[in-house]
Parts: sequence; structure tokens; C-alpha cells
Amino acid sequence: MNTQTIIAGITFKNPVMTASGTFGSGMEYSEFVDLNQLGAVVTKGVANVPWPGNPTPRVAEVYGGMLNAIGLQNPGIDVFMERDIPFLKQYNTKIIVNVCGKTVEDYVEVVEKLGDEPAVSMLEINVSCPNVKEGAIAFGQKADALSHITKEVKKHAKQPIIMKLSPNVTDIGEMAKAAEAAGADALSLINTLTGMKIDIHRRKFAIANKTGGMSGPAIKPIAVRMVYQAAHAVQIPIIGMGGIATAEDAIEFILAGASAVSVGAMNFVNPYTTVEVVKGIEAYMEQYHVEKLADLIGAVEG
Amino acid sequence: MTMKQKQTATVIFQQEIAPAIYDMWIGTSLAQNALPGQFLCVYPKDRSTLLPRPISICEVREDKAALRIVYRVAGQGTKEFSHYQAEDTIDIMGTLGNGFPVEAAAGKKVFLMGGGIGIPPMLQLAKALNAVTDRENIQVIVGYRDSLTFLQEDLVRYGQVYIATEDGSTGTKGNVMNVIEERGLKADLIYACGPMPMLCAIKRYAAQANIPAYISLEEHMACGVGACLGCVVKTRDMDHHSHVHNARICTEGPVFEAGEVEIGG
Repeated sequence: MNTQTIIAGITFKNPVMTASGTFGSGMEYSEFVDLNQLGAVVTKGVANVPWPGNPTPRVAEVYGGMLNAIGLQNPGIDVFMERDIPFLKQYNTKIIVNVCGKTVEDYVEVVEKLGDEPAVSMLEINVSCPNVKEGAIAFGQKADALSHITKEVKKHAKQPIIMKLSPNVTDIGEMAKAAEAAGADALSLINTLTGMKIDIHRRKFAIANKTGGMSGPAIKPIAVRMVYQAAHAVQIPIIGMGGIATAEDAIEFILAGASAVSVGAMNFVNPYTTVEVVKGIEAYMEQYHVEKLADLIGAVEG
Repeated sequence: MTMKQKQTATVIFQQEIAPAIYDMWIGTSLAQNALPGQFLCVYPKDRSTLLPRPISICEVREDKAALRIVYRVAGQGTKEFSHYQAEDTIDIMGTLGNGFPVEAAAGKKVFLMGGGIGIPPMLQLAKALNAVTDRENIQVIVGYRDSLTFLQEDLVRYGQVYIATEDGSTGTKGNVMNVIEERGLKADLIYACGPMPMLCAIKRYAAQANIPAYISLEEHMACGVGACLGCVVKTRDMDHHSHVHNARICTEGPVFEAGEVEIGG
């Protein structure tokens, strides 16, 4: 059985990754799971300088999921390269670094610094975080802005780039096409859906930022639909995510057209989810006599 | 460092000890390394409520095979937990957070101040402090809304207990600060857990008295292990994780020296 998947010429031992922002740089979860068993660790977003993030409360529970507005708190690329990359290099897993910024120059600065680090296999460009006011999502909600940032990043990137798309758009296919035409090597989707929760007893927003990004099993059908639509719009590979809790969920995304999948919010609920999904995909392949994972990608019929 | 673990444990016993306050003993191997002031994440089984509820450890059984939690029913998750009975399973992760620095009290006179549902962690702390200082040095000051108090009979075994009630029905009328004032109590060190206004008052008091105060904070959490950055508190110094003056309550805390954190504005 071959669980390998190839994205932009890079071979991943299996299609299971971590969704950015839910797994830090792997350090915290390395106490629970063997990172060597993952296809890749996708890090929390890193900017050119440290970002303090949003005020608290930053997280709230909603039916079957959660809202977050962390606001991309991160230590900046320099600390990240001195501390987080060496940590991840100890493991036999691919490293994908999620890059965030407020301006094109911010993104380019991070991308250039990471270009000197061959241990980083790919860069995931975060143009879809709904929780920061400048940059980020401003680049991800209009096709021309997405095209612009993709081209600029691509010019400076040494590693292949994944554009992480926002679901908070009218036509995901159009956004996928714009990123592909601008040179993206792969796409990842979906980021969180913008949501809101109000505490009726205190008459206050549950999250200090008022809005937050919704994630968790409740959003999975939306994510599967969007992955399917994006996969039909472009030729480049897609990393699918949104509410994956089990191997069955992951296989849905793969059948919809994803070449790989990421586990996000469910890491918080069950820290062993990633490895359980790896094992479950293998069991599914055995059950249905699937020789290679590639045979499942986009294999939904009808 | 001890390995953290998520596991399915077993409820040994549960009862309601005051209105909406539940007292539960859980049989778990996590008790082996549990420290006073650390907490557990407890996960509802209802899949519509996914996130863990962080609940402080109230007591560790002598044989280190069971943990006690005392919690208030505040929403759907804790309501579910309150229905668990002996032999039921309970999903927990632990042990989490740093805990109170017990050694700091060696030979000293201390206040253990608990307000409402911040009282439970004071029990294991009071027990542990008996190993480093004399029992008469351990002054436990607890504040309740009314005469429906809880954990009093446990706390008196490990220290001198003073009570405040908001309605004045038992002990000093008012809050834990009023007890110190009314009785003229003194200490070299404070440990505290309770609502934010109480912790802010303790921070001011400790600064004036020029004594350290170790306060336990709470915040909504998602991961409980330091990955999501949901539960931060502003800090005086640069934090070592993100280098932005935001410490993670679940990991660097929940216990902080009051001077280290910017609380109460």
C-alpha cells in the first residue's frame, strides 16, 4: 500500500498534515503524537516581526465547533528560524511554514528569509485569516488582490507556494483560478468562516474581536463542497481542511479532490487525531483494496 | 517534565455540595504527578460541545490514584459532568499548567485566599504547605456569596480558616480583603484564586505590603497545552514563547506572581 502523495514535486509520506494555527510548531503536541508519523507539520503563521495578537477572550465554543480570533500572535521570523525550525528538523516529517503579513513587503521579507532554509519544503501563504484588520484577508477576498500577492510572493520564493484560501468569498472557483494563474503551486482550503457569538446574559460579544473564525466539525460539509469546486476549477493540487475529526472525514476530502488533508480544531479536542487519521486512511485503503492513495484523489463518482 | 496525557478515566464518586457546586473524585493515573494549582481539561461527551473545560485540581488522594475536582455548573459542559455517577467514564487531559510554588512558603506565614469557585485549588495547596511551614502559619481566607459554604470542613484540617460572605450570614461580611482588615492578619506571602476583582485587590495589597502574591488566572481555553494561543494574559516582561508580553495561561500559568501580569487595567 502506498500512502504517499505528491504536491508541487514534493513527496509526502502520507497525506495527513496539521492545519496552521492549531498545532503551534509541533512542540506542544509532540508530547502526545509522534511527529514522524505525519505527512507534514504546517506551522502557525509567522510574520516578519512579532505580533501580539488580539485581546481576550479569543476563543468561544459554538455548536459543533468553535470561534477564534487569536489575531496571529507570533514571535516573528527570526525567533522562529532560531527555535522552531531546528525543533522540527529533528523529525522525519516535512515542514510547511505558514506566512502572514500586513503588506506585500512583510510577506516577501519572511519568504526571503525562509528561502535560506532548505529544511522548509513549502510555504503556505496566509491570505485568509479573518481576524486581523490589515493585510491577511484583504489579499484573499478579491481575485485581483489575490493574484497580485501571489505573483509577488512567487517572485521571491525559493520553495513552492501554497495559497491558503478564504471560504468567505462568493465564488471559490474564481479565487482558485486567480491563484493558479498567478503562479501558485498548490492551494489549501478552507480557512475559517467568519462568525459571531453573543452572550445574551452579559449582552456582550463572546469574543473580544466581535467576529471570529469558525472551525470544527460543523463546517465540514462547506469545506468539502469548496474543495470539490476548487478541484474542478484548477489543475494544481489542493490540501483540504475544515472540521476533519476522523479518517472518514479525511477520505471525503480526498475523494472530493484533495491531494492532502489537514487536521485543525480537532487537535484541541483529541490531540491524537492526526495519527488516528493516518491509521484510519491505511485501514480504509486495505478494506477497499486501494493500492495507492493517488487513486482516491478526486475519485468521487457522478 | 511529566508527559501530558488525554485519557478516559472513571468517576469514583460525585455529589452536590452546595447549590450548583459539584464534588467529584476521579480514578486516574494522572494523580501520580499532580501538583497543587494545576488543572485538568475535562471534555464533554456531547459532540456539540467540543472544547475542554479547564477545572482546577482540588485534592490528590493519598495513594495518588485519584483526583478530586470541585466545580460550578456554568453551562452545557459542566451540566453534563454534573450528571456523571460512580463508574461512569470521564474524558480528561492532564495534568496541566505550572501549579503554585509550594517551596516559596518554606517557614513563612502565608495567606491562601480563595473566592467562590476559586476556593477548590486551595485545599491541595494547604495540604502541601504543611510539609514546608507550620500549620499555624497557614491562614486560609475564603469568600462565599452566602452561608451555603463548601470545603470548609476539609480546609480546617490543614490551616486556620477565616470566612467572608457577601451577605454577612457567616464570618466577616464582605470579601476576603475585609477579613484581613477586620482581623488584622499578616503574611509574608499570598496564594490566591478567584474572580478578577478579588485578584486585582490582592495584587494591590501585595504591592503595598511588598510581599509576593501567586495568583491563579482563568481564561477560555481551546487546546489547554499552549498551541492555540487562546488563553493569554498581558505580562510585564517579554514572554518567551511569542516575545510579545503575552503569556499563555494554560502553560506559563495558570499561576503567576501578581507583579508579572497586567490585570485589572
